[in-house]
Order: sequence, then structure tokens, then C-alpha cells
Amino acid sequence: MEKYLNIDHVSIEFSTPNGPFKALDNVTLKIDKGEFVSIIGHSGCGKSTVMNIVGGLYQATAGGVILEGKEVNEPGPDRAIVFQNHSLFPWLTAYENVELAVKSVFKGQKSKQEMKEWIDHNIELVHMTHAKDKLPAEISGGMKQRIGIARALAMEPKVLLMDEPFGALDALTRAHLQDSLMEIQSELNNTVIMITHDVDEAVLLSDKIVMMTNGPAATIGDVLDVKLARPRKRLDLAGDAEYNHYRSEVIHFLHERHARKVA
Amino acid sequence: MKDKIVNVFEVIGFTWFIPVVKLVAGDAPKQQLQDLAKMVGIPLFAFIVFLGLWHIGSAKVVTSLGQVPGPVQVWEQANVLLDEHKVEREKEHKFYERQDIRNARTLEKDPDAEVKIRPYTGKETYFDQIHTSLWTVFVGFVIASLIAIPIGIVSGLSDTLYSAINPLIQIFKPISPLAWLPIVTMVVSAVYVSADPMFSKAFVTSAITVTLCSLWPTLINTAVGVSSIDRDLINVGRVLRLNYITTVFKIVIPSSIPIIFTGLRISLGVGWMVLIAAEMLAQNPGLGKFVWDEFQNGSSNSLSRIMVAVLTIGVIGFLLDRIMLTMQKFFSYDKNAVIR
Repeated sequence: MEKYLNIDHVSIEFSTPNGPFKALDNVTLKIDKGEFVSIIGHSGCGKSTVMNIVGGLYQATAGGVILEGKEVNEPGPDRAIVFQNHSLFPWLTAYENVELAVKSVFKGQKSKQEMKEWIDHNIELVHMTHAKDKLPAEISGGMKQRIGIARALAMEPKVLLMDEPFGALDALTRAHLQDSLMEIQSELNNTVIMITHDVDEAVLLSDKIVMMTNGPAATIGDVLDVKLARPRKRLDLAGDAEYNHYRSEVIHFLHERHARKVA
Repeated sequence: MKDKIVNVFEVIGFTWFIPVVKLVAGDAPKQQLQDLAKMVGIPLFAFIVFLGLWHIGSAKVVTSLGQVPGPVQVWEQANVLLDEHKVEREKEHKFYERQDIRNARTLEKDPDAEVKIRPYTGKETYFDQIHTSLWTVFVGFVIASLIAIPIGIVSGLSDTLYSAINPLIQIFKPISPLAWLPIVTMVVSAVYVSADPMFSKAFVTSAITVTLCSLWPTLINTAVGVSSIDRDLINVGRVLRLNYITTVFKIVIPSSIPIIFTGLRISLGVGWMVLIAAEMLAQNPGLGKFVWDEFQNGSSNSLSRIMVAVLTIGVIGFLLDRIMLTMQKFFSYDKNAVIR
């Protein structure tokens, strides 16, 4: 049976002054609706490139991406992206940032009042109602990323793409946001692809961890199904044997089978 | 209240008023007096030293028009120019008064009579000339901005277009207004022909020369500002499927506004500098013509009067820059950025 999202034999080559550079080779991945998938790998392995192809920002040289039976070849709000550096518009308040997205996605579909409620609802979802009228420069990094997530969720995407969403945050803030994300996920059950380089984050959040080999011509090395019961609690899992087993699998993959040759 | 006033002064750039306001409000008077001494005292001292050196230095140079004027003579001539202005205004006022009375009488005799209202044709005063100069530079600058900003945005968004126009910008940028002027004059004479022209040819020539010279800083800054927008912000626009126009107005312009304003500020400065030269040669009745006429006039007061004009040009240039700075601060989304 066809899956919800098919990444089908995708390869991409970039032209460089030294000839073509093959970043990805034959990446094939099938994702179910409502599944939370993490892509993990060393930096430079092309994990972000996979996400950019699904997002439509890059065009695959060979193969393609099929979402709900339709091929994807340009960016669109059905594949909302949460960028690593939040990418909020610095001249707009938190509310206005979400508003810009809602207004352009739901133009003609929602009334003014409905839009307002929808924006407020999404800001509430990430617990940012208290700071909705602040400019990005006036709030912390974690809060900015919350708004970034609210903006992406407000587009009602079929697939939510997250490019190392918590990579630029300190460990404590990151943990808070991971908890928030799990809470939101239990409510909305979105299909999510998250790029990460954090093993704990991947195991804690994912249903499936996709481990990538090193580039050039990177591809999927292994896929690990994480069958931990939900809701997952950070504290309970800390000493959990199953959790540690998944964790060591990923670590073995990254640091034994596909260790980086030169650091 | 106090904070509000302080904020206003902060934005318009008159920061040396801030300690005065705080002093009046009784806010740490010792600190305020120190600030005041630093912000007002030191510049004031430097200014007095400058006046002294000027006074001593000028006395030693004698030209065919007499001694180079010192601060005292210049101050006298400034007052003379002010008086001339007042006298001229008085004459004008009286002229219109007489005309009104005359017309009223004519109408009294014959209600159907056609009365003529003639404009006053006295010579323009120094203040009229300042006004003309400001208006000319404003028109030239606005035209330049209306051309430079759109072209800058479009070429900043397209690498191809940028590489197409970049050599042209680099070639035209260093050209002096004096080189443009003869060409502009001839083109204006040939093209701008009308029986009842709205603007004089000299005005059009000067304004266009200002445009040609003040175009480039805005154009370059806009293109650079637009092309250096964070790629992720553009990608957000792509994900939202914003069209070209919406992208320009919602993303491109807001994020490059600060750097566009930097360009506009430089442009206005260049425009004001160029204008004086253009007016001299085009005989547009502004400050440039004033300087030229006084030079040709060659009376014993001429040098002092020119010096008044020189200082006026400097002060107005400074004020124009302040206005642009204030606007730049107002429009910039990053209120913490230090803009000088």
C-alpha cells in the first residue's frame, strides 16, 4: 500500500567549480500519517538537504517526493518548516508573525474573526500568549523558537518539517521545548520530520529514527523503530533499559559503524 | 512625562537636551551637570577656539576685495541680509495693499470691470534663495529616490540584473556634477519646451543634475541591502507561496529599510553638495547663484556675504542629515542599533 509520504530514490547533485558534487544518493523513505520521524547523522551528511527536498526548497536531481499521491516540487504551506534560527520577521511582533502566515494560507477560507481565534489558539498551544505582542528581539531564544513552531503549526501542514529546531538552544531550554513538542504532538498527531544531531532528543521524541551515512553521496544507513510507549516522561526514561538500548543503537551507528574519518 | 521627552530628544538626535530635561526634573543633578559639561561645554569651547583662530588668521590675508572677513564682519553681513529681507517683504506687502485698494476702487465704479492682479516682481532676498535651494534639492532628491529604490530592489533580488547594471553604476557614480551640467542644460533646452513652463529651465537643470549625482548611493545601498537579506526569511516567504509583489512589500522592504535609509542619507548629502555647484552654473536663483553673484559683484562686503552663505550651506546640510537620521531611527526595527 502507498504510504502517506514517499521519499522515493532521491539523489541530488550540486554543481560546484570542481565539478558536480553528489550530496545524496538513492534516499528512500516511507512515512505513515501521524508518524514522528527523526533524521540523525553527522554534520555535513546531507540530512538538512533531505528536509529541503521534502520542503521543495531544493529540487532532487533524480527520484522524487510524493505526498498523499501528489508529487512535490515547490515549497508550500502543506509542508511548513521550522528553521533552526527561528527565522521570525524581526519587525513584526510574535502575533503578527503568526498572522502573516495565517493570512496568506487561509485567505478567503477563514473570516477575520476565525483567523484571529486560530492565531491566538496556536500561540496558546506553545504557551506564548503572555508575550504575543513582543518583538522577537525582546524575547529569549527558546521563546522565539516557540513562536516559530506556532507559525508552522498555524499553517495546518500535512507534514511538519523541523530543521534542528532546538540546536541553537541551551540544554535546559531544549528540554522544555521537547516536552512542549511532545505535548502538542499528543494532541494534534502531526506527521513530523525532524532533523537533529542529538541522540537523546531523537530517541525521546521519535517513532522512527533514520540514521544517515556520511557524505558525499550520503544515504540512509539504518532505520530504527522506537517502540517506547507514549506519553513518554523524561525522568522515567532516564533509567529505562529499553530507552538505553535504543540510545546505544544510535550511538553505535554514529560512532562505530559510521564514525567520521576526520573530525 | 520626563522619560517621554528624553525619548523624543533621543530619536531626533538632540541628545544634549537630555541632561537639561533631567536637570529640570531634579534627577541626580551632579551627574547631569557633568554630562552637560561634556556634551555642551566641550563642543562650545572648541567652537570659541575656532572663532578665535578665524579672527586672528583672517586679519593677515588681504585680497583685492579687502581683508578676508573675520567672524565680526560675517555676523554684520548676516544681519544686513536679514534687514534686506525684512525691507523687501515690507515693500511687497505694501505693493499688494496698493493693488487691492486700487482694484476695490475700480470695482466700486464699475462692478463688471475686469481687475488685474499682478504678482510682485521685486528681487529675491537671501531667504528666498535658501528656499529655492531647498526646494530644488528636494525635487532632485525625490526623483533620485523614486528611481534608485525600485531599481535597487529589483536588481538586489536578481543576480543577473545586478551584474548587468553594476558596471554602469560604477562608471556613472564618480562623475562630477560640473561634467553633467552642460549636457543636462542642452537636453533640457531641447526637450523641455513649453509656452508657459511650470518650472524655470534653470530649476529643472539644477534638479536633474542633483538627481544624476545623488542616485548612486541609494541605488547601491538598496541593492546590497536587498541581496543580503537572510535566506531563511526569503524561504519563509516561499513556503507561504507569497507572490513577487507581496514578498517585496512584506519581506524585502521591511528587512532592508535600515540600509536603504543609510543610502538615502548619503544621497541627500551628496545632492546638497552638488546643488550649490549646479546652481552657480545653471543660474538657478538659489544659494549657488547668490555666491556667484556676490563673487561677480566684487564689493567690499562680498566676501563676508559669501562667508554667510558658506556657513548657511553647512548648517542646512547638517540639519538635513539630522532629519534623515531621525527618520532612519524611526523606521529601523532594531531600536538598539547605534546609528551615527
